[in-house]
Amino acid sequence: MSSTLTLDWILAILPEISLVVLLAAVLVYDRGLKPANRRNVGLLSAWGAFAILLLTLGLWVFLGVPNIQQALSVDSLLWGGMIRNDLITLVFRVMFLAALMITSLITIDVKRLQRGEFFALLITATIGFSLMAASADLIMLYIALETASISSYVLAGFMTEDDKSAEAGMKYFVYGAMATGVMLYGMSLLHGLFSSIGIPSTNFYQMGSVLSNAGAIPPEANGVILLAAALIIFGFGFKISAVPFHFWTPDVYNGSPTSFTAFVSTASKAAGFAVFLRVFTAGTFGAPGQESLWWALLISMCVITMTLGNFAAIYQNDIKRLLAYSSIAQAGYALIGLVAFTPDGSAATMFYLLMYVFTNMAAFGVIILIHNVSGSNDLRDLYGLNRRSPYLALVMLFALLSLGGIPPTAGFIGKFFVFKAAVDAGYWWLALLGILNAFVALYYYLSIVKYMYLYRSDDEDVPIPISRAAQIGLGISVFFIIFLGIYAGPAYDWTREAANAFFTLVVG
Amino acid sequence: MLALAAMILGLVLSIYVYVAYNQNLPDAQARWADTLMFVEEYKWIPAVNIGYIVGVDGLSATLVLLTSIVGLGGVLISWSVEDRPREFFAFFMLLVAGVHGVFVAVDGFLLFFFYELAVLPMYVMIVIWGWKERREYAAMKLTLYLLIGSFISFIAFLYLYFNLPAAGVAQTFDLRVWSEANFPFAMQQVWFMPLFLGFAILAGLFPFHNWSPDGHVAAPTAVSMIHAGVLMKLGAYASMRVGIQILPEGTVYWMPFIILLTLINVLYGSFIAMRQRDMKYLIGYSSVSHMGLVSMGFATMTLVGFTGAGIQMVSHGVMTALFFSVVGMIYDRAHTRSMDDLSGMRKALPWLVVPFIIGGLVSMGMPGLSGFIAEFPIFMGVWQGSSLPATPSFLNLIPANYYQIVAILAILGVIITAAYILRAVNTVFFGDYDSEKWHDMRPILPIDKFTLVMFCTILIAIGVVPSIIGPIIQSGMTPVIHRIQEATQTMTVLDSVQIVATNLLSWLGGA
Repeated sequence: MSSTLTLDWILAILPEISLVVLLAAVLVYDRGLKPANRRNVGLLSAWGAFAILLLTLGLWVFLGVPNIQQALSVDSLLWGGMIRNDLITLVFRVMFLAALMITSLITIDVKRLQRGEFFALLITATIGFSLMAASADLIMLYIALETASISSYVLAGFMTEDDKSAEAGMKYFVYGAMATGVMLYGMSLLHGLFSSIGIPSTNFYQMGSVLSNAGAIPPEANGVILLAAALIIFGFGFKISAVPFHFWTPDVYNGSPTSFTAFVSTASKAAGFAVFLRVFTAGTFGAPGQESLWWALLISMCVITMTLGNFAAIYQNDIKRLLAYSSIAQAGYALIGLVAFTPDGSAATMFYLLMYVFTNMAAFGVIILIHNVSGSNDLRDLYGLNRRSPYLALVMLFALLSLGGIPPTAGFIGKFFVFKAAVDAGYWWLALLGILNAFVALYYYLSIVKYMYLYRSDDEDVPIPISRAAQIGLGISVFFIIFLGIYAGPAYDWTREAANAFFTLVVG
Repeated sequence: MLALAAMILGLVLSIYVYVAYNQNLPDAQARWADTLMFVEEYKWIPAVNIGYIVGVDGLSATLVLLTSIVGLGGVLISWSVEDRPREFFAFFMLLVAGVHGVFVAVDGFLLFFFYELAVLPMYVMIVIWGWKERREYAAMKLTLYLLIGSFISFIAFLYLYFNLPAAGVAQTFDLRVWSEANFPFAMQQVWFMPLFLGFAILAGLFPFHNWSPDGHVAAPTAVSMIHAGVLMKLGAYASMRVGIQILPEGTVYWMPFIILLTLINVLYGSFIAMRQRDMKYLIGYSSVSHMGLVSMGFATMTLVGFTGAGIQMVSHGVMTALFFSVVGMIYDRAHTRSMDDLSGMRKALPWLVVPFIIGGLVSMGMPGLSGFIAEFPIFMGVWQGSSLPATPSFLNLIPANYYQIVAILAILGVIITAAYILRAVNTVFFGDYDSEKWHDMRPILPIDKFTLVMFCTILIAIGVVPSIIGPIIQSGMTPVIHRIQEATQTMTVLDSVQIVATNLLSWLGGA
């Protein structure tokens, strides 16, 4: 942790800096646009996201930032221990930028959302997510999380003329503010505890190394640590919409503009997992593993989340609500990898999230396009989709198969890695529960396939126009769904490398 | 047309593989890994040692050929599909590709991958092109049954994967390594059942056969053919390749119990078939009964029985494909499959009579046809099985006590088969012909005739010249039998040691 500003420091947050530049560009560009050219603002945002994605990957490939060697040591802690630029940051950044790019692509031609503010807020939220994944300090984490959250609240209520959207925004805000407040209380407890033993640190890794020394904390304080962990789980659980912090999910997903739903269900969830991974694996509440009490909290949360999510999804007749519950269940699967607390488990979770970004984007992209024509989100709008637009039906088919975990899609491999990690760590019963859940889920995913291919609808002659931008967005998603399904090796190696480096510092 | 070209190409290649394998049959003492031919090996996900490894042994070469034949028949039969033919053939190709994949996979993960790949198109095809009344129910039932089964196996497989080092080999998904592993007996005892049963569900083992007749009935003709003809063999094949070959001691422990299940399969399947009025249900239940014979062949734990099971897979595959194509043709023309409504079809559709009767004779195990070649060794194997040494087994069943009874009962099952098949022939093809009712019968297309003749030829050829199929299948089964024999020996030795020990103790106590 050097204290002079070096090139490393700048390079470490160059993607975020570029996002800020893009944000300014979008806002300025939007002012000068004629009404006829409104879609250009989305185009700018999509190209910008793509450029920054390339930049991020270029930094890694050509300049070695983040550096794998450096990531192993405390040198990866930059900006006075606020930020940690390692491979995990990179993996999550790629997820967020990809999500931003695809969201922009599928939003370009949604008339009501062709406003500079919408894209600007998406970019702000992305900055927040990105910093959440990079944060190494409770203060940094909190600020990043708020940046992301506040943009999200506005985005959820973006369609002011629509009551449901306003309701969604309000609900999201009230629930989110409460969750953040509770989380902050947990953080302050933790900080207080550490101050009382003379180490007023808020850096996870420092806190972790203090706790790893037996006797550093008096045993009476264990209760406080557990309480702090529980309160912080509240805040993070809200982000990944884990049961029992999921009540906002169906309403917000349903009411918000669908483009934002797509974004929040992928990027925001992934960011939630990033902080889970960072904070809990860093040993901020003591070494992770079966002996710590909060571990039981996490594992029960994981089981309940996937079970409740799946069973609730069966009864939905609104496609967005259905996908909301499905995304709750998916969070449960991803948690399986996390609670194993092994490098392989975390790698599996990251791979799962990576494929989940593309999968959910594809599913929501299709819904946006249907919504543009039909104006509602009823499951009945999907009837006969195959006759109206074979292309959309095919995209949806792949997305659903991937969500359900059937080869040759990425979902199968993702689930396989997660379950494998669980069995490897000795929780074969957890893997079994996950698999049983996957069957329940298959029921409603396959029902949608049935609606699309089998049922007929009255507006079979009404074609669904697909703009080129949306085609590209969906095409990218489907490409990665299949690519990660058939050739998962490199991506998994990448996440494994990230997780291994992380665990080497933390545990070793 | 493209589909036809692809299938013909596939068939030609499979014939090449089959013939090439047949000419270089491996040595009887060879390990399984050495009996493989046409092996291709690439790294797929190196991080967890998953490879893309394919290759064939005697059994899989035969089954690959079977798949190609039935697939070709399926394409020919579906020539007149009107509803979205492009999608139909695309999914059909996917299905056939998945099935081929399972048969050639030498990597455990790859095997599961292809297995799932084969189940998915089944769902779509039944739901879209299936029989309107039952298709949604049947498709969902089939998919859930099969996927649950495969994932139960998968859990067991993963568990064993992590315990491979305990069995003295490296951690990998390569089945060649697995087939040399020796897991501790306690582990085999527990995990054999999930591993075997998960796949046996697909083979229609009692009491998990329920999905199968519904699936057969609801599926379109070509899919029924693939389903009964090949897909159920997939279950039997995988349960042997992954279950029996990897856990021989578990096999020896459980098989005396499983043979009872298969006996129920054979008898119960026939009895239910007896009271069906719908021809597709009739054939569906007869498939359950015949697949019971395949599992019974495995349960004999003798080379004869295994070879019989292998031949039965092929024979039954071609036979049901024939049955379903005949029923499909009748249904296309008469729009009913109920045996109450049909009669005198020999007048309207003379071309269907002989194939159906040949199929019927095969399923009864008439000598001179492939059914005899298949069923006779199975019964012989069961009888031979009664001389198996007593080993620790589930419920302490001792094969010597009841295998002969099983064989007798199973042979009696053939009589029931004869009864329902002959009754079906009698009502449907003979009897009064109502020319008023059936005046708009279309004649059979040449393309259909070709399919029927192709199937019949194969059935007769196997029956008359069994040597075209016997040795190659036997060569595929030998390594598995070696594994089982080794296991039996170690277990018997253990057993006798225990007996000596207890005798010693009682003697000491007595003294």
